[in-house]
Amino acid sequence: MSHAVASHPILDPTLAPPFPQAVLPVLRNPQLRKNVSHAIDVIQAKRAKLVAEKKDWQELRSAASAIRAHALENLGAYLEEFETRCTAAGGTVHWAADAADARRIILGLLREENASDVIKIKTMTSAEIQLNPFLEAAGVNVFETDLAEIILQLGDEEPSHIVVPALHINRSQVREIFARRMGLKDLSDDPHALTAAARTYLRQKFLKIPTAISGANFLIAETGGVAVVESEGNGRMCLTLPKTMITLAGIEKVLPRFQDLEVMLQVLARSATGERMNPYNSLWTGVTPGDGPQRFHVVLLDNGRSSILGKPKQRQTLKCIRCAACMNACPVYRQTGGHAYGSVYPGPIGAILTPQLMQMHHAQSLPFASSLCGACYEVCPVKIDIPEVLLELRSQVVNQERKDFARFFDPMYLGLRVANLLFGSSRLFHASQRMGRIGLRFFTRKDGWIHSLPSVGGKWTQTRDLRGLPSQNFHEWWAARAAQTSPLSIKEAK
Amino acid sequence: MRASLFITCYNDTLFPETGRAVVSLLERLGVQLDFHPKQTCCGQMHANTGFRGEAFSQAKRLLRLYQDTETVVIPSSSCVAMMRDQYPGLFEELGSESLRSDFAALLPRIFELSEFIVDRLGIEDVGAYFPHKVTYHASCHGLRALHLGDRPYRLLAKVRGLELVPLPNVDRCCGFGGTFSVKNAEVSSAMLAVKLQDVVSTGAEFCTALDNSCLMHLGGAMHRQYAGMKTIHMAEILAATEGSPAEATH
Repeated sequence: MSHAVASHPILDPTLAPPFPQAVLPVLRNPQLRKNVSHAIDVIQAKRAKLVAEKKDWQELRSAASAIRAHALENLGAYLEEFETRCTAAGGTVHWAADAADARRIILGLLREENASDVIKIKTMTSAEIQLNPFLEAAGVNVFETDLAEIILQLGDEEPSHIVVPALHINRSQVREIFARRMGLKDLSDDPHALTAAARTYLRQKFLKIPTAISGANFLIAETGGVAVVESEGNGRMCLTLPKTMITLAGIEKVLPRFQDLEVMLQVLARSATGERMNPYNSLWTGVTPGDGPQRFHVVLLDNGRSSILGKPKQRQTLKCIRCAACMNACPVYRQTGGHAYGSVYPGPIGAILTPQLMQMHHAQSLPFASSLCGACYEVCPVKIDIPEVLLELRSQVVNQERKDFARFFDPMYLGLRVANLLFGSSRLFHASQRMGRIGLRFFTRKDGWIHSLPSVGGKWTQTRDLRGLPSQNFHEWWAARAAQTSPLSIKEAK
Repeated sequence: MRASLFITCYNDTLFPETGRAVVSLLERLGVQLDFHPKQTCCGQMHANTGFRGEAFSQAKRLLRLYQDTETVVIPSSSCVAMMRDQYPGLFEELGSESLRSDFAALLPRIFELSEFIVDRLGIEDVGAYFPHKVTYHASCHGLRALHLGDRPYRLLAKVRGLELVPLPNVDRCCGFGGTFSVKNAEVSSAMLAVKLQDVVSTGAEFCTALDNSCLMHLGGAMHRQYAGMKTIHMAEILAATEGSPAEATH
């Protein structure tokens, strides 16, 4: 099973193995770990430099957070406003309750167009609803146009990051995939050669295929417009050449006003790719005769989002603008990359978003896949307190699991229940310390250290030693000292 | 000045030398220390593992023990972070109005050790002597939850004989994370391996921090790997003098 994870990761939270199991092949894969940490170090360094030059960065974060929070608090009204404006501008708005609904709507629109081929701008939302395999099965050929997405599609790979989906693949691996799939035997791994190969491959698609699918970075209620930011210009081609454009967007993507982009585009570019501004910022509103797609559809996807909206502590999850700063900053993601999360949304945001979108599927392991170091919260441009939501989800999982009688003797549950009992009384706590001292003596070597423990303790000693318990606890030392210096003071203390 | 020492459950059980150092250090600085004999745990382990009800009962117990205390000093940044970041939410969700207001009154009187020395006592030179090469691990809670900033560096800078070597990637987690270290033992170990590379690369003899939980993690790996380094809580460095060197150097 673990081998299967290495060769082909499963990004479906209902099927993927739990995180601690999914990481095992990754942790033993030097190339993957090198690729991930190298790519992240590059992005992190760029981000740090551009954030530092912004003297009002914290104010920008606060503004971005406030804009997103306000939009979510009035989401219904802003979505209706968006629909009205978009429709008035010549677009058609469709509402999808869940992934199946969205897939059905999109396929229906493609059938209306008699489209046998479709080009796509990078959209993680389409990966969330597993759109590509669905369309392929229905006989529609899907062509990704984002460079990273092409690499994944041609290499039969899965995304491991939401901004840089092929982050786990290095240049020579890209060369191998392109050479094999494009029939270019003599292709070098020079970046120019690789991009030239991709360009040649793409031009034919852009010129031939009249139907496109996009995601959305933002929906603007005030104007009914849609915004997509990207680095390569492939998105711009998809937005201008085709006759029909279908945009898939989560309902949380809405911004109240056009002016809000001023703040959001600043924090997004710096947080996501370490750029002052994205090279391509595309904004379009409905249909303009003689210019760009003449048929424009927006599919608004709920797929679990409105249920998150109803939970005050968890609602902040939906503020996310998919910049991936949290995964770049995360020391866990840095070791594991994205596939182990078993979801198209990996890293800290994935650890909270995935279980919430998926009716708590995978919740047993994802919210626990964090050391709670707080780096994600520190970098989040919209101030999502990810550790707070992780703790909330952990608590829900524990409350659910502890009802299960099979968990009664689980060492972790048993240990924590007993610990709670002991911490409730200093007498019991001190007695347990004395018992522990005697019990652990058996495992303590002559050097005073424990090198091996059974059960849960073995999880510790598999890579670390543990110093044996001291012969005198601190409180015993204190009591002994107090008794020596003044017999009265100890009585007072008691 | 009077202060009450909350030693924390794991320092009491595993690192009594840290507690002894805190006592010797603060008494040398003129602080009259109390120790509440009924103290146990702040509830951090339960809170972070999702056992919110249990964490609440420990938070309540701690509040009732310390609510009349003038000043509480705690040599563990993660336990102080637990109180500052999580107690208000626990009392809000599960507690009564009196718990909320009593804790709000106590909170400003709770200090992490370096905060207590630098902010409350207004001292940077504690008169310590520690003739060793040392690197400082900032620890996630000290860095991002308590915002200790340069306090630890200011204290270490005044220690005679001490050579401080900067730790690369000082803001990166060591991978401990409480029960994370056993629930996700392999990822935790991978994080630890990377951290240890940075720590060892400093060429220091000792890695210090204001939190023994990170040091237990790092120290456990150093011992396992014969890394030739030791960990030491900063209280033990600050308590050390020429006449009474730190136990870790024995």
